[in-house]
Amino acid sequence: MVNRAPQETRGNWKTYAALAAFMVISAFPVYWMFVIATSTDEKVMGFPPTVIPGDQLLVNLGEVFGMQDVYFTASLINSVIVAGVVTASTLFFCSLAGFAFAKLRFRYRNALMVVVILTLTVPNQLGVVALYILMARLDWNGSLLAVIAPGLVTAFGVFYMRQFIGHAIPDELIEAARIDGALTLRIYWTVVLPAIRPALAVLGLLTFVATWNDFQWPLITLGGTDFPTSMVALSDLASGNYVIYRRVLAGAFVATVPLVILLLIGGRQIVRGIMEGALK
Amino acid sequence: MSLTEVRPAPPGEPKHAPPPRGRYWWYRFDTKAVPYLLIAPFFLLFAVFGLFPIIFNAVVSLRTWRIDEPDNRGWAGWENFSRLLTDEDFWNALGNTFGIFVLSTIPQLLIALMVANLLNRKLRATTWWRVGILLPYVTPVAASTLVFAMFFARDYGLANWFLALVGFGEEEPIDWRAAKWSSWIAIATMVNWKWIGYNALLYLSAMQSIPKDVYEAAAVDGAGPWTQLWRITVPMIQPVILFTVVLSTIGGLQLFNEPMLFDQNPASASGGSDGQFQTIAQLIYKVGWKDLNLGYAAAMSWALFLIILIVAGVNALATRRLGGDK
Repeated sequence: MVNRAPQETRGNWKTYAALAAFMVISAFPVYWMFVIATSTDEKVMGFPPTVIPGDQLLVNLGEVFGMQDVYFTASLINSVIVAGVVTASTLFFCSLAGFAFAKLRFRYRNALMVVVILTLTVPNQLGVVALYILMARLDWNGSLLAVIAPGLVTAFGVFYMRQFIGHAIPDELIEAARIDGALTLRIYWTVVLPAIRPALAVLGLLTFVATWNDFQWPLITLGGTDFPTSMVALSDLASGNYVIYRRVLAGAFVATVPLVILLLIGGRQIVRGIMEGALK
Repeated sequence: MSLTEVRPAPPGEPKHAPPPRGRYWWYRFDTKAVPYLLIAPFFLLFAVFGLFPIIFNAVVSLRTWRIDEPDNRGWAGWENFSRLLTDEDFWNALGNTFGIFVLSTIPQLLIALMVANLLNRKLRATTWWRVGILLPYVTPVAASTLVFAMFFARDYGLANWFLALVGFGEEEPIDWRAAKWSSWIAIATMVNWKWIGYNALLYLSAMQSIPKDVYEAAAVDGAGPWTQLWRITVPMIQPVILFTVVLSTIGGLQLFNEPMLFDQNPASASGGSDGQFQTIAQLIYKVGWKDLNLGYAAAMSWALFLIILIVAGVNALATRRLGGDK
């Protein structure tokens, strides 16, 4: 083999074999979720374990959605509401603030940006007890408000938008709009928003995935209520002395499908977002 | 560098023409106040739901604060913290957290490095591979952990079935949840599965910015692919490695979802029959919302935060050392 830079080396069959093996391992749990979700109890408890999908998907789904004590349909709708509102709000507020930090001149701009970056480093979990007490004072515990409110805006989103807007929109464009007499909000709406669609897509996808998958805080604030998010409903499904796995995993599969669809639609953008240094 | 940039703007010239007189007030408002209005939502929301809880958490940790005794809100002083020192559950959970952390972080980052190195070649369907490895990242932990709970079941579990195929534990299948070592391995497997692809993408992006001639120079000296990886690639992407080490330290020490849902009875938050895989984050949840002692839970979360700071700092230093920095 000639020694060249890895970027210049063509992948040989070993490369493809190794990558394919890694892909199989990555995909297997999701595939197996589907297998169990389509199987009967005998298949699930059989030996050797089943690895081929069965034909019971509709039966199992019917059971999950028809249960009396866990309202799975409602929890899915709740997840859609929470992730939808949080994503929309994050995109709006973060792009507003990112625009201000990237393109507007105002006093203490740099100092305030440093504050934003510092808040990136604070783990939310540190405040979880006090956040619960705060929500109790507001009487929001047990309602979707408690899950939505802390996610409405993120420091990461502001930082990401500022970086993107700084690079993507030339100052001249904004100056030109000003000379035409446009006020700041109008510039945001007609110049900035159309130009940052790719960044909105990336931040939106990442936010939606993270919010949909969040488990700990919804469990704390919605645990024990009749209408939690789908992640909490899943943990309810898996609690108890006798767990019916085909039912649990049918629910898990339903809660996973929207994200897999998002990955298929926006995979290219998500990859780019992560590779450009996006986190969480 | 174009010539136009060299020409300096005449000093003192206003950036744009003054607006019509009637709109002057609007114009002033727009340039002076609107920027603050645009950033205000972030600061307001963060102050209320981010910063305030963290400060208030410190107050709660110094007080008696039980959910079931709303009238009992006296100062506890350092009592909650001193109690930590003799709390066996705390030390057990700390040990578990570290055990699982080590078992997950090291393989996670090493395998991610290997995968990134594979992806950093000329491949067909490049995007397809990159998107594919993100499947675990988008899969909800709540869902994947339930699958892994079945995978690591004692009876009828795929893991034991596979081990039996290669001749292990045929007579006595492993009860994965029962012992520390086995439950740690199972949980670390779930964590590794979820995060390898994500880290691989971060490494890949750093690898692609390494100039090709660095490798060409090394190739003259006869460096093979393996030497290239360890002698050139890894040192060159060291900042990203440092970043992932710190990130996975923070994530690993706050591990919650996997041990919660791996349990036979997730609602108990006990991490197995004997707490063999109970993590600190899980214990905080149990102390706060099962034992209803929020004051003590708050103290525990401060302790966890300090531990994270220390470990992340030590890891960062160690990684720099490995990379050969001064």
